[in-house]
Amino acid sequence: MIPLDINGKRQNVDVPGETPLLWTLRDELGLTGTKFGCGMALCGACTVHVDGQAVRSCITPISAVANRKVTTIEAVGGEAVGRALQAAWVDKGVPQCGYCQAGQIMSAAALLKRTPKPSETQIDEAMSGNICRCGTYTRIRAAIKQAAAQQGGTR
Amino acid sequence: MSAPVDRIPRSEGGAAFDRPVVVANVSRRRFLQGASALGGLVLAVGFSSAARAQEPKKYGADGMPNGWVDDPLAFVSIAEDGTVTIVCHRSEMGQGVRTGIPMIVADELEADWKRVRVAQAPGDEKKFGNQDTDGSRSTRHFFEPMRRCGAAARTMLEAAAAERWKVPATEVEAKNHEVVHRPTGRRAGYGSLAKAAASQPVPKRETLRLKDPSKFRYIGKGQLKLVDGRDIANGKAQYGIDTRLDGMLYAVVARPPVFGGKVASFDPAEALKVPGVERVVEIEASPPPAHFNPVGGVAVVARNTWAAMQGRRALKITWDDGPNASYDSTAFKATLEEAAHKPGKVVRNNGDFDAAATGAAKRLDAEYYVPHLAHATMEPPAATVRIANGKCEVWGCFQSPQSTRDLVAKRLGMSADDVTVHVTLLGGGFGRKSKCDYAIEAAVLSKAVDGKPVKVTWTREDDLHNSYYHTVSVEHLEAGVDAQGKPVAWLHRSVAPTIISTFNPAAKSEAPFELGMGVINVPFAIPNVRIENPEAVAHTRIGWFRSVSNIPHAFAVQSFVAELAAAAGRDQKDFLLEVIGPARQVSPEMLGDTWNHGESPERYPVDTGRLRRVVETVAKEAGWGRKLPKGRGLGIAAHYSFVSYVGAVVEVAVDNKGVLTIPRVDIAVDCGACVNPDRVRAQMEGACVMGIGIATVGEISFKAGRVEQDNFNAYEVTRMAGAPREIRVHIVPGDYSKPMGGVGEPGVPPIPPALCNAIFAATGKRIRRLPIRDQVKV
Repeated sequence: MIPLDINGKRQNVDVPGETPLLWTLRDELGLTGTKFGCGMALCGACTVHVDGQAVRSCITPISAVANRKVTTIEAVGGEAVGRALQAAWVDKGVPQCGYCQAGQIMSAAALLKRTPKPSETQIDEAMSGNICRCGTYTRIRAAIKQAAAQQGGTR
Repeated sequence: MSAPVDRIPRSEGGAAFDRPVVVANVSRRRFLQGASALGGLVLAVGFSSAARAQEPKKYGADGMPNGWVDDPLAFVSIAEDGTVTIVCHRSEMGQGVRTGIPMIVADELEADWKRVRVAQAPGDEKKFGNQDTDGSRSTRHFFEPMRRCGAAARTMLEAAAAERWKVPATEVEAKNHEVVHRPTGRRAGYGSLAKAAASQPVPKRETLRLKDPSKFRYIGKGQLKLVDGRDIANGKAQYGIDTRLDGMLYAVVARPPVFGGKVASFDPAEALKVPGVERVVEIEASPPPAHFNPVGGVAVVARNTWAAMQGRRALKITWDDGPNASYDSTAFKATLEEAAHKPGKVVRNNGDFDAAATGAAKRLDAEYYVPHLAHATMEPPAATVRIANGKCEVWGCFQSPQSTRDLVAKRLGMSADDVTVHVTLLGGGFGRKSKCDYAIEAAVLSKAVDGKPVKVTWTREDDLHNSYYHTVSVEHLEAGVDAQGKPVAWLHRSVAPTIISTFNPAAKSEAPFELGMGVINVPFAIPNVRIENPEAVAHTRIGWFRSVSNIPHAFAVQSFVAELAAAAGRDQKDFLLEVIGPARQVSPEMLGDTWNHGESPERYPVDTGRLRRVVETVAKEAGWGRKLPKGRGLGIAAHYSFVSYVGAVVEVAVDNKGVLTIPRVDIAVDCGACVNPDRVRAQMEGACVMGIGIATVGEISFKAGRVEQDNFNAYEVTRMAGAPREIRVHIVPGDYSKPMGGVGEPGVPPIPPALCNAIFAATGKRIRRLPIRDQVKV
């Protein structure tokens, strides 16, 4: 049994310790908002926060997050930054198919927590691990800037 | 992503065509009782083979299997609390159709969008009309039928109110979710009228009053947010891969690494030792043609996805690679080039190319190469099947739910009536999810475990190794030019394995729908034109990829025009306009194009005036001719596809290390009138990024029959840093009385040539082989 803190809820799961956090979230806990895209930390669709840091859950063994604070897209709206980003995503009409957007929002939220006033380059650097095959990048940038401005941070 | 319906039966035997016309009012009572009560008029549009032979050729939605339905009973229901539920029968894969289609209905219905819910139709074309979500067709084929749906439902609500108030129907008017009696100002909400409206007759089509477009409240306005936007941002949106059912098992499949190969032998022992693995099941290889069938292999069925993946790693399989084991992309490029250097089947011939070229002041030629591509939808293929009590249910991300239904039924030996296909959101489609091989795999596996629900998930490696690839092509162009450098003779040899090979392995020639994607239907003012199509053999599954053959054709044609302009020392934009010639309407048939994207040649002629306008618009908006610093350049290209016109200007910056960046792209689109301008913009933005990815990094290559790229480290797609800093979309205003064009695909084709033309402007380096990758670096 591995003790977990997922979205503020403490629970135990009975899976082998090497099971990736991604599949534990999706298959065992039913939290399907976190997406599978590559399984090799190449696309960012599976991004979650572990103790506030953006982490690729597809290569993170569940044993590595025991007793650490995991936040997924389902709960990131509980934080002001996450809420602002989700609102900006809707307002700017960012999503096309939407599949990658949970990961995009999680990466953006980690960025804004660390860097409330990101420059264009800082946005590019923080977001370049997240692929959007529909090509919504210009709107993602605009939404991050809008959320940052709303949080009091612009450059 | 464009199904040539006249050539490829979606269900073998052409069952859809062999039924007589049936019009039956199946159920009226449950109408307007809520989202789940969608019983209604079933209009089966089908024709016997004999009747079809005498029928005049059908175009547009009429020409698609099961055509269109405009019955409000199929698409609209109203609950007593006033909630209006509108069915979207097309698949949402990012184009915004679940917002756009219901918006059309809601507008004519005078519904308040805040009280509209959207329900996704299951695969049922008899009830809803054609559901093949491809070919950039949803809006242009269903704008009118959906308007009529909304107008009919509105008329029924008005009739119910008039009856209740015992006043003439001419005195009442539906407005913003209620019906008003004009003389007295009496009002009744839609909810209060729902039941009474249900018993009204459905008005005859010819009696419907459609809104004057000046009265549209949603159509063309772009103020509405995406219906799924909030769920997507909150992580609640459900995709095919997210399906979860009680007692569900999870499967991954080890598939033959070479197309046409099969399992020689396998040992499941180690896989079965992996904790969580329940079964190892062989999926038989399907005999040719490939069609939408699974390629076969060995499946591991487990209690969760990770266990299934671990089990698959532990499998010991010996493969029989079959006839394509020597497929090698480098060698095949040479084969295509060799074919391109010899005459091929003439598919269009105007004037006399040879005589004109011989007599020309100068001759130029060039050859262009575009490799295989994979769709790489962010959501890989995934499907879930459960079989119980003689019924089969399928859940998944399908562009073509009806063919999924038919082919799953066929594989299971069931009637399609006993198969229900639930369509989730699609995490990208781009043509990949038109082919339901993954649903058939899930069906085979569910059957193997006594009908228990089984979800098949493809990994990224599976997706890249077992796709239906965009073709690979060599485009050979020659021109004879006059003393001013203007082309008087034009030869284009297009050599590429055809999508038809997926349905008929003997096919070696491009089909009319491939030739009609920008190779024969080039409407240039050149008197001597010869288009040839030498043969090419397919060694893998070839399929529709967003924009399809328009990608290599536009890349070649629009690059070559720019090369001719450079040779003539002319401005590229002015030269392009001169080659297009004066504004005129050209019959596609005159260009040898019998397909015309399935549309009527009379309603949809090739309009060079519209092509000129997108060139002129994009040039003006992009500031064509503006002075740029060293290392920067502008390139232009324009292309007609999916009966829309798109022009693009790309600005590039190449630094002293040869690193390429794209500060800005301007793109002008004339798709006729828009339903949702914000989504038209979004599609152009996305097409621009995909086009840049195709041009700069996209390549699937084969070695020893195997795809060389495993994941996104090797099969690169554009990331944020490689995307344009700014994309400006310019929509040419349209007229709702004129035919609409497509939007999902026509944005892609002009981008690679515009980009390469810009690189030429910036550096003098001409790119003829995609992807560009490091060709700019010196």
